[in-house]
Amino acid sequence: MSSTLDRPRDSKVALIRGVVVRFAGDSGDGMQVTGDRFTTGSALFGNDLATLPSFPAEIRAPAGTLAGVSAFQVHIADHDILTPGDAPSVLVAMNPAALRANVGDLATGGTVILNADAFDERALEKAGYTTDPRSDGSLASFLVYEVPMTSLTLEACKPTGAKPREAERSKNFLALGLVSWLYHRPVDVTLDWIAERYAKNPTVVAANSLAFRAGYNFGETAELFESSYEIPASHLEPGTYTNVTGNTALAWGLVAASQRSGLPLFLGSYPITPASDLLHELAKQKHFGVRTFQAEDEIAGVGAALGAAFGGSLGVTTTSGPGLDLKSETIGLAVSLELPLLVIDVQRGGPSTGLPTKTEQSDLLHAMFGRHGEAPVPIVAARTPSHCFEAAMEAVRIAVRYRTPVILLSDGYLANGSEPWRLPDVDTLPTIDPGFAVETNYTDAEGNPLFWPYLRDAETLARPWAVPGTPGLEHRVGGLEKADGTGNVSYDPANHEQMVRLRAAKIAGIAKDIPPVEVDDPDGARVLVLGWGSTYGAITAAVRRVRAAGLRVAQAHLVHLNPFPANLGEVLAGYDRVLVPEANLGHLSKLVRADFLVDAVALSKVQGTPFKVAEIEQAIADLIALDEHVEPIVASGEEELV
Amino acid sequence: MTDVASPTTTRKDWASDQEVRWCPGCGDYSILAAVQFLLPELDVKRENTVFVSGIGCAARFPYYMNTYGMHSIHGRAPAIASGLALSRPDLDVWIVTGDGDALSIGGNHLIHALRRNVNLTILLFNNQIYGLTKGQFSPTSESGKVTKSTPFGSLDHPFNPLSVALGAEATFVARTHDMDRKHMMETFRRAHAHRGAAFVEIYQNCNVFNDGAFEQITGRDQRADMLIQLEHGRPIRFGKDAEKGVVLDPDGTLRVVEVAEVGEDAILVHDERRENPSLAFMLSRLANGPYEPTPVGVFRAVERPDYGSLVDAQLAEVRERKGSGDLEALLRSGTTWTVT
Repeated sequence: MSSTLDRPRDSKVALIRGVVVRFAGDSGDGMQVTGDRFTTGSALFGNDLATLPSFPAEIRAPAGTLAGVSAFQVHIADHDILTPGDAPSVLVAMNPAALRANVGDLATGGTVILNADAFDERALEKAGYTTDPRSDGSLASFLVYEVPMTSLTLEACKPTGAKPREAERSKNFLALGLVSWLYHRPVDVTLDWIAERYAKNPTVVAANSLAFRAGYNFGETAELFESSYEIPASHLEPGTYTNVTGNTALAWGLVAASQRSGLPLFLGSYPITPASDLLHELAKQKHFGVRTFQAEDEIAGVGAALGAAFGGSLGVTTTSGPGLDLKSETIGLAVSLELPLLVIDVQRGGPSTGLPTKTEQSDLLHAMFGRHGEAPVPIVAARTPSHCFEAAMEAVRIAVRYRTPVILLSDGYLANGSEPWRLPDVDTLPTIDPGFAVETNYTDAEGNPLFWPYLRDAETLARPWAVPGTPGLEHRVGGLEKADGTGNVSYDPANHEQMVRLRAAKIAGIAKDIPPVEVDDPDGARVLVLGWGSTYGAITAAVRRVRAAGLRVAQAHLVHLNPFPANLGEVLAGYDRVLVPEANLGHLSKLVRADFLVDAVALSKVQGTPFKVAEIEQAIADLIALDEHVEPIVASGEEELV
Repeated sequence: MTDVASPTTTRKDWASDQEVRWCPGCGDYSILAAVQFLLPELDVKRENTVFVSGIGCAARFPYYMNTYGMHSIHGRAPAIASGLALSRPDLDVWIVTGDGDALSIGGNHLIHALRRNVNLTILLFNNQIYGLTKGQFSPTSESGKVTKSTPFGSLDHPFNPLSVALGAEATFVARTHDMDRKHMMETFRRAHAHRGAAFVEIYQNCNVFNDGAFEQITGRDQRADMLIQLEHGRPIRFGKDAEKGVVLDPDGTLRVVEVAEVGEDAILVHDERRENPSLAFMLSRLANGPYEPTPVGVFRAVERPDYGSLVDAQLAEVRERKGSGDLEALLRSGTTWTVT
């Protein structure tokens, strides 16, 4: 059998610039795999893309129910895109529940491809339908294609001899084959992947491959679809690309930081959604000397990381909201010990257990203030999935140079979302100098050489990092207040104030060592949109749309949240109005109001899903209208094009 | 049990310049002295020795040692020390903890460090009271104890620290007391020599809030009749003339007997190397409190690979199989494509 499928010359092909497809089915239907494969095929084809997986917190919620629906949205285009798309224009629904849970998001005039075999009375009832949506007119505003996916799959898999129940499991590949035909995706990539992924089970390889081909051929021969679509390759910058999720990029960034600093990486962690993949990915990297320690709890995870840092390792702990609560006391200890420690918080919906699999940005104020006493901690936030790599290296740089715990904020959207990443030249990645103390640093009145563990570097105010095993530098650290210089326990009132101020000044001083915030303002705008973290894509897309509508708007995005870049106050003062979109009830907006007396307006969204471009576009347009005393424009909802 | 022929350091070298600030008469002083006298006798270096502690009176210990040290937060010393020991197998890592620190707030970390068999020497100062917070009952206080927080008597059932450690399958479990420096030094020496997690309970007198808690068994005149010295391979006998002993009854319980009544052959022979910890567990429960004949010495000393060695072996094995990590290759380990 040929590994490529031929496309007859006479089939009708339309050229489009991009499409947003959502695959939806039961948790056990393999929708994440399907989406992931469609994404990879598109990446290899050369499209730009962004993805948004969405799955329930339950591992296998009852089949056929709304609670069990798992979905994967992917936006592919021939141009530089920034988000997984506000609304899918194509919905692949494997059963009635998947249709019901997702059809509300579908763009008007969108396409529904559904598995007709799954729409029996019982399944409809399970999904909560009282009438069949295929015939009750509720899908009238969509183009609906009914494909008997289950029976086509069973028929295709007959040669494998697989039992129907097993063969049926390949139906996600039938759907993938069909959509691959519809959008001219490369075929070999998927077939090769199937062969490799399921190599241990030849029957599964055969079944999945046959189902995939059957789906592809169905599109070609069924004459159901009026046309297929071609999305030309995007004009990406030259280079070698790979498609990464935020969690993968972050884990690789940690490995890179370890390699570029020469510090062995020690991860102390406790499994928690959506951060566990960091532990999984790093556990594979033992040949880099990475030690991963799955601790008994969150507190032990950060404790072990801090212990390893005391011993001269790159100590890292990974968690999500509830885990950050538990680590707070140890982070405070690290502030007192002044040791490098990286705490990674992959934010999710809170409070408490909240929405474990959904995204939110509501831990910023916790990262900033969530410790007793005066305990300042630098904060770095990643803004896109691939930026997690760079953000991890930057967080490590600050932790090591300033001997301080650093909190790196990611979130569920970045963690599981993916985008193409132009691989950096590893030889040009920044190096990080641990600068271990190796000799005494003080001479007493009698001329005796001494080691003072809290004698600070004049420029950075960082204390020396002397690791056990270094003769002559034996010293004790601890959570009790230290005497400035000697590091001995001190209850002296004036010394305490001195130490509190020194620790604060050390962290504030990092502002001199980070780049100024860049402002994108080509037209001299009066309104600035200020963002941080994962809102980057949606804000940038919204800004493009607003400008395309002929309005002026400026954009700035923060990677460093504590301290802020040195020029931030000046930048904010230069605008009449500042809009801060964030997936919380206004964290950054509070901080900039407090620090700079600026009347920042928060645009909040806490629905467990990222901002839609149109939501931010509308808020910008409204603010511009307010500023210029004119009628607001209505958000275009147009796909952003550059 | 051989001492280094000519120690190159003395106790003074191991003491820091910081003033010791425990209450006068506290049992902690004698434990500190025992450790400081012992270390010169061991073939170890100050720079390779780390004391880690949590919170409590005992937890001030690291400040008084001229070694590397960390006075951390309440209950977390085993977690912090685990990270240090696993990332630095070349170090001697000691934990100094108390009954509240180890068994109340830090109970979880203690049992996990023990079950993993992390290479740590854990000294638990058990005074059956909270000292630093000025006199509340602890998880080892006897039931009914009247303290500031239990004016009508404690309703808590206490932990037996050795039972906890043996329940967690600790590979080295011992008990000593603050009135006998020689016994402490020998016990600590063996604990230090053990590869893996070594757990030592030290009966320690808090002369301010729980004075005389162990006097009935550790007092000079009481010891012979009240402390049962466990020695590997020897019948478990005690008393001034070794007239008493321990037998294992057919129903599986341990009982104190007069040797003359049962005959020498009936006395249980102590086997610290027994793989199954059940008998050691029963020995740990021979006394219901520090007012009955109480075994001291090494209850259990078995060999099991320590966690750090397993971690290192796995790193080496993966390196052998995959070669040393190559960052460029890692970044290209997924599907890649090139845009020209």
